[in-house]
Amino acid sequence: MSSTVQPRGTTKIALSVHSWLVYIFFFAPIFVLIVFSFSDDRNVGRWGGFTLEWYQGFFDHSQIQSAVWVSVRVALLSTVISVVLGTLAALALERFKFRGRQVFDALLYLPIIIPDVTMAVMMLLFFAEFFELLEAWFNLDWQKGFGSITISHIAFNISFVSVVVRARLAGMSEVLEEAALDLYATRWKTFRYVTFPQIVPGVAGGALLALTLSLDDVVVTQFAAGPGATTLPVFVFGLIRRGVTPLINATSVLMLTASIFLVALSLAFQQFSGRGGRPLLRGAREAVSTPNKPIKKEIYQ
Amino acid sequence: MSDQVAAVKLAAITKRFGSVVAVDNVDLEIADGEFFALLGPSGCGKTTTLRMIAGLELPTEGSLKIFGDEAGTLPPNKRPVNTVFQDYALFPHMTVEVNVAFGLKMQRVPKVEIADRVREAISLVRLEGLEQRRSQQLSGGQRQRVALARALVNRPKVLLLDEPLGALDLKLRQEMQGELKALQREVGITFVFVTHDQEEALTMADRIGVLNEGELLQVGTPAEIYEHPVNRFVANFIGQTNLLDATVVSNDTVCLANGAHIPGKSDLGVGARVAVCLRPERAEMQRPDEVPADHQSVVGRLESVTYLGNALVYTVVLDWARLEVRRENQPGGYRPYVGDEVAVSWTLDAISVVRA
Repeated sequence: MSSTVQPRGTTKIALSVHSWLVYIFFFAPIFVLIVFSFSDDRNVGRWGGFTLEWYQGFFDHSQIQSAVWVSVRVALLSTVISVVLGTLAALALERFKFRGRQVFDALLYLPIIIPDVTMAVMMLLFFAEFFELLEAWFNLDWQKGFGSITISHIAFNISFVSVVVRARLAGMSEVLEEAALDLYATRWKTFRYVTFPQIVPGVAGGALLALTLSLDDVVVTQFAAGPGATTLPVFVFGLIRRGVTPLINATSVLMLTASIFLVALSLAFQQFSGRGGRPLLRGAREAVSTPNKPIKKEIYQ
Repeated sequence: MSDQVAAVKLAAITKRFGSVVAVDNVDLEIADGEFFALLGPSGCGKTTTLRMIAGLELPTEGSLKIFGDEAGTLPPNKRPVNTVFQDYALFPHMTVEVNVAFGLKMQRVPKVEIADRVREAISLVRLEGLEQRRSQQLSGGQRQRVALARALVNRPKVLLLDEPLGALDLKLRQEMQGELKALQREVGITFVFVTHDQEEALTMADRIGVLNEGELLQVGTPAEIYEHPVNRFVANFIGQTNLLDATVVSNDTVCLANGAHIPGKSDLGVGARVAVCLRPERAEMQRPDEVPADHQSVVGRLESVTYLGNALVYTVVLDWARLEVRRENQPGGYRPYVGDEVAVSWTLDAISVVRA
């Protein structure tokens, strides 16, 4: 099929060159990262023959291992809690009318819109004040660590989860819930048998998104982490300051693989039975397409 | 009806949404076993009334009884009524069978009984063989049957239908009208349905309640409503009609806008502004000098003739009104031409006097 709209001649060549340049720009760094993670030379950028030593090093490094463990626990715990709270928030905003609904709606988007650094400083101040109060009132001596990291991740994940779940809820007719009530279902059973099965792709997608964001986060975590515990990305960030070795490459490749896997899973969930509804990530996509968040933006492509 | 408990009884029911009055002080009794239509234009409060009976809206004021029990504030899952929703609201993640079984499961009916009753309901609406389909795999007519089966399987005391035929095309709609009526006779329970289609209401209902702007204007059998509408709105909304402005002179005479006094019974009081309602098919037409002695008539000029196949509609223009006359397309008879002077006439029993 040939169409006059299709580019021809030099235009066509120019366009394909442009496309390749964009691909190279996107993927060359990742390619280099992967290649040098297998390089048997301490200096990144100098090829010293193939080795798996750095991957070996990753699994032998006790600090890395404890950071991985913290990352996984923080990610799982913050995901579970933010999925529950985010879904509840989505239900409230989408299904009920109440005083202050619009204010709540706007506030819920804040963690998505404001820059990471601002969020991080807010967390830092919050925990400083909070721990001081605990000390003063209850004589409790709490330190930043696992708990504070988890709380800060929940704080931003709720927003992402609720945006994704809301998109799904908006595509679901309220009449279905009325029909269930009319057919003798209680409110809980209506949720259990009608609402939840309808929104489950959104909830699962939101959960995987939350998991990814939590595993990837550096900035907020860095401010919320303490001497007690730190996550893998923050630990890697610290390593870089002491000099880059292919160990960092190997670690990054593993993190990248985990992230890609989760994002792919998340998208698959949202595609699943997404027929008829409105595009599920649209809300999230609009919300994060702000220049403040270029890192997170690429997840939604 | 008075010695029998009404299936549904609304007493002074009002529903406000903020400052908007959706249903205004409605009193209505629907008898057991009746096929009742709530008829009115969109936004007249008919769906709100139905939703109040279903429990999906709570009345702002008034009392709502279902078989004598106060039900106004009960949640929908505590009422012996079921609803067929406008777009059927079938659960998309369940098969036909599971959809139909839903209400029984929620009521914790034993599994064996559920299986029997579901089979029975599915055969009642003639959907055998489609039990394992999902709603996306069904046609509009089939979805409607599933919605009916899903409601009827619970053996509700009252079945509520919200524009049940609205989503179907014309042919299927006419087919379903007959089927719904037969189904209602078969199961013998009260059906209350909402429609904006006056023809549908006239065809199916035992009695009709006409609503406009939240007010219940008239309740009666299709014949009562068609032949004796209470006011201009009802006369206009149900079927085609000619309305001639008039004033009451005495309880059996009215004065038309052209000054002619004609017989017309009304109890609206002397001086009341009224309209004489003359249905096009009840009006007759003659040469001005051939009007029978027992007919009242007005004379005008024939403006146009519309050919409908089985009938002809003549539009006659008077200097103070415009009338339509519908004649069956029979051979012979009076066939005036456009531009002719004609007399439009009627006998006393052909007209009704309604509030303007």
